[in-house]
This record gives sequence, structure tokens and C-alpha cells, in this order.
Amino acid sequence: MQDFASEFTRALSLILEGDSELWAIVLLSLRVSIFAVLISALIGMPFGAALAVARFRGRRALIILVNALMGLPPVVVGLLVYLMLSRSGPLGVLELLYTPTAMIIAQVVLVTPIMAALTRQVVEILAEEYSEQLRSLGVSRLASVPVLLWDARLALVTALLAGFGRAIAEVGAVIIVGGNINHVTRVMTTTIALETSKGNLALALALGVILIGLAIAVNAMVSALALRAEREGLSHA
Amino acid sequence: MIPEFIRASIFALGLTATAGMAEEPFIIVQSTTSTQNSGLLDYILPGFEAETGIDVRVVAVGTGQAIRNAINGDGDVLLVHSKPAEEQFVTDGWGVERFDVMYNDFVLVGPKSDPAKVKVDADIVAALAAVASSQAPFVSRGDDSGTHKAEMRHWEAVGVDPTEASGTWYREAGAGMGASLNVASGMGAYILTDRATWLSFGNRGDLEILVEGDPRLFNQYGVTLVNPEKHPGVRAAAGQRFIDWLIGPDGQAGIESYELDGQQMFFPNAN
Repeated sequence: MQDFASEFTRALSLILEGDSELWAIVLLSLRVSIFAVLISALIGMPFGAALAVARFRGRRALIILVNALMGLPPVVVGLLVYLMLSRSGPLGVLELLYTPTAMIIAQVVLVTPIMAALTRQVVEILAEEYSEQLRSLGVSRLASVPVLLWDARLALVTALLAGFGRAIAEVGAVIIVGGNINHVTRVMTTTIALETSKGNLALALALGVILIGLAIAVNAMVSALALRAEREGLSHA
Repeated sequence: MIPEFIRASIFALGLTATAGMAEEPFIIVQSTTSTQNSGLLDYILPGFEAETGIDVRVVAVGTGQAIRNAINGDGDVLLVHSKPAEEQFVTDGWGVERFDVMYNDFVLVGPKSDPAKVKVDADIVAALAAVASSQAPFVSRGDDSGTHKAEMRHWEAVGVDPTEASGTWYREAGAGMGASLNVASGMGAYILTDRATWLSFGNRGDLEILVEGDPRLFNQYGVTLVNPEKHPGVRAAAGQRFIDWLIGPDGQAGIESYELDGQQMFFPNAN
């Protein structure tokens, strides 16, 4: 049995000593996933809010579809994005396969439904609370979307974090479209998969612990920001 | 045609996401996990990159998947280990020409207790026959990789179709070499592996080499340039330069000198 404690210490000391390779991997993971989450928010949040307030035929079906897409299997998304970006695919001329951009695209596809579904839920409740006010002001349903999104911003932080959690943790999509190329598209999760396949189980596990630590750090940071914003909001009120 | 602004914005996104990464000429090599997991490529590639300034980006998957990716044009060079499949790749026009690069061998590993009593002879066919008749657990890659293709050739020689026993003593992992070795290690099963991956594998548990040295366990690696006539995007000049280097004196010497724990992993044999 390999010594987990010593492997973990080794992985941790690589981080603390500023091992450039490991740091590059950590930073690429963060960069790809944060980018993907921001783009997903730009697409998913307005869409989710619109879905919450708009009234049209097939709305229920669309909500069910968006909710279901939260469970998209990363491998399938990876495969779809691969087929799009492959030189034989429709977007092959862009030469994006095996680049961080390809990984961002795959994660955007994974995370956008989460943003849309969670936003829809939050905004729908808020829209009910505000419905009389908005109606008395003569604001149309869709025009109220920016106001509702702004007022729901603290609750939407949870959606951001849920999306980030999905993005930073997934391996199935990024390993297909990124190719796990050293120094180019190797991120935390694909490194863990690689070390596991080399039988370096303790090192893989140690990297996993570091990944969880990162996720905790990001969550704590965002939650601290949200808390501060809330306090300021109260003091202004 | 893709609208120019979409192309531009995707490009900008790519630049931002890869900021700090110098844009240098590169090629994509579709290869197998054994060349990467063994550490060979990490060892020899810096020499080529320093000499030519061409960055070699390796996508390490099974031989079957590497060939399919290359057929889709998602690579410039193919470096794998299944000669019949590689020759088919060239015959079908997807590759320009195949060259021998190096070889090593497959080994049959299994639990030290050796319940099927395979450790009698350097005879892979007799060993697999013994595994089948004793129904001792056997893990197969089951992923159309070079190693999987080799394993299936040996079963054919035995005259047994192990997939009929799939799910009982014959377990198809459907995974890479390392992941399959983890499965075999976890359940104390027999498994065919290339020697390089085995030597660099860290989770052997109770497994050890039981059958080796049978000439039929020969494992040849070959390199092929993806045909630019099929895929105009192929970086043919840089890819050819890499192939010339790999089968030339510098590449061959690099392969020759790579050792892990004092053991040579691959034996260069380019003509």
C-alpha cells in the first residue's frame, strides 16, 4: 500500500514551493472554469429570467428540458463538442480542438443549463412578489428581466457557485476536447485521471484533495463577497 | 461560412484564455498511453523541441481511438503500436507512409499465487488456454487499443472466444492500460500489458510478470504522417520533420538511452 500521507505532503509541498508545472495546471483549471462560468452566466441567467416571466405555449416543456439538461453527461458533451471542432467537423477550420478554448466551450455547454434552471427558479419567486409593483409601473414582463436579475443577485451567487463546482470538477468533457496535452490543456482533473492510470493512486488522491481545497477557497471568497454586499445593501436601505 | 465576428470573438476568447502562452509552431501527435505513461516522450521530446523550435503536443489515447482521431484529421502524426491497423490506415489513404520506430514486448501479469498455473513456459497461447480452462479472472482492455488487438490475436490462436465469458471470469474494462491494470490489481486478475506501462505502473499490488519472452509477444511501434491530401490543415512539413528526427540517429539514440529503474523501456529499430 502506498503511503497516502507522504504523497499528500509531497503534493502539498509542490504547491507551496511554487512548483511551476503544478501551478500552471492549477491556474489553467481556474482560468478555464471561471471563464466558462462567466460566459454561461451571461447566456443562462437572462435566458432563465426570461423563462421565469414570459408566458408562451410550450413553456412548461421548455422548463422541464432545461432542468433535465442540468444532468448532461460530460462525456456526451465532450463528444458533441469534439465532433463540432474536429477538422472533419463543421467548425474544424477554426482549429480550436485541443486548446483551452475548446475546453471552455464544452464547459459552457455543461454549465449554461444549470445557470438557466437555477435562475428561472429564483426569478420566478421574485417576480410573483413584485408582480403588482411592476404592473403598476407599466413594465412589460420581459422588460422587467434586468430589474429582477439585479434584485435576485445574491441568490444568483449560488447558481454561479453551482456552475463553478460542475465546471472545475468535470473530467469527461475536457479530456476529450482538450486532449490532456502537457503544458497546453492539462488541468487538475485530467492530471488526476493521468496519475490514476499510472497507478500513482496516492498522488492522484492528493491532487484531488488540493482540488477540493481550491473549490472551498473559491466558495468562501464568493460567499464573503456576497455577505459584504448584503450588509452594505442593508445599511443603505 | 462562419461570420467573421464570431471567428474573431472566438479567437479573442482563445487568446485571453491562453494568455501568456507563447504562440510557437506546434504539431499534434496522436499516440498511445504507453509512450506517455512510461515517460519516454517526456524524455525525448525536449531534444527535438530545442533543435527545431517545434512544440510537440501529445494526445495519448488507445491505438484504436488514436487512429480514428487521425482519420478525422485531428492530428498531424500518428505514433501507435498495431502494425496491421496502421498499414490499413495508410492503404485507405489516411496516412502517407508508415515507418518502424521501436519495439518492446507484451507481458502477461497475474497474481503471485498463479491459480491458473501459467508460469510454466514462455508460451502465451498455452498460458491463455490455461486461464480459460481454469476460469481464473482475466481483465481485458476491451477498448480496441493496440494491446487489446494483440490480446485478441492470441485468443484466436487459443481457439477460444473469451467474450462469451464476458462478465464472468473474463472482464472487459473498456479502459486504458493503466486503468485496466488498476482493475486487475484490485481483483487479482491476469492481464496482458505492454512492458513499459507495467514497469512504470505504481499500483501493482499482488501482481507480477508470469509469462514473458515468447516471440509472439513482440510489440512494434510505428509512426505515420497524416495525409495532407485528405486534410489540408495537417502540418505536414513540421510533422515530417518530427518523423525524420524520430527515425533518425538523434531520435533513435534518445529512445535507446531511456531507462526507468535501470531497465531499457523501448528498443529503437527504424531502418
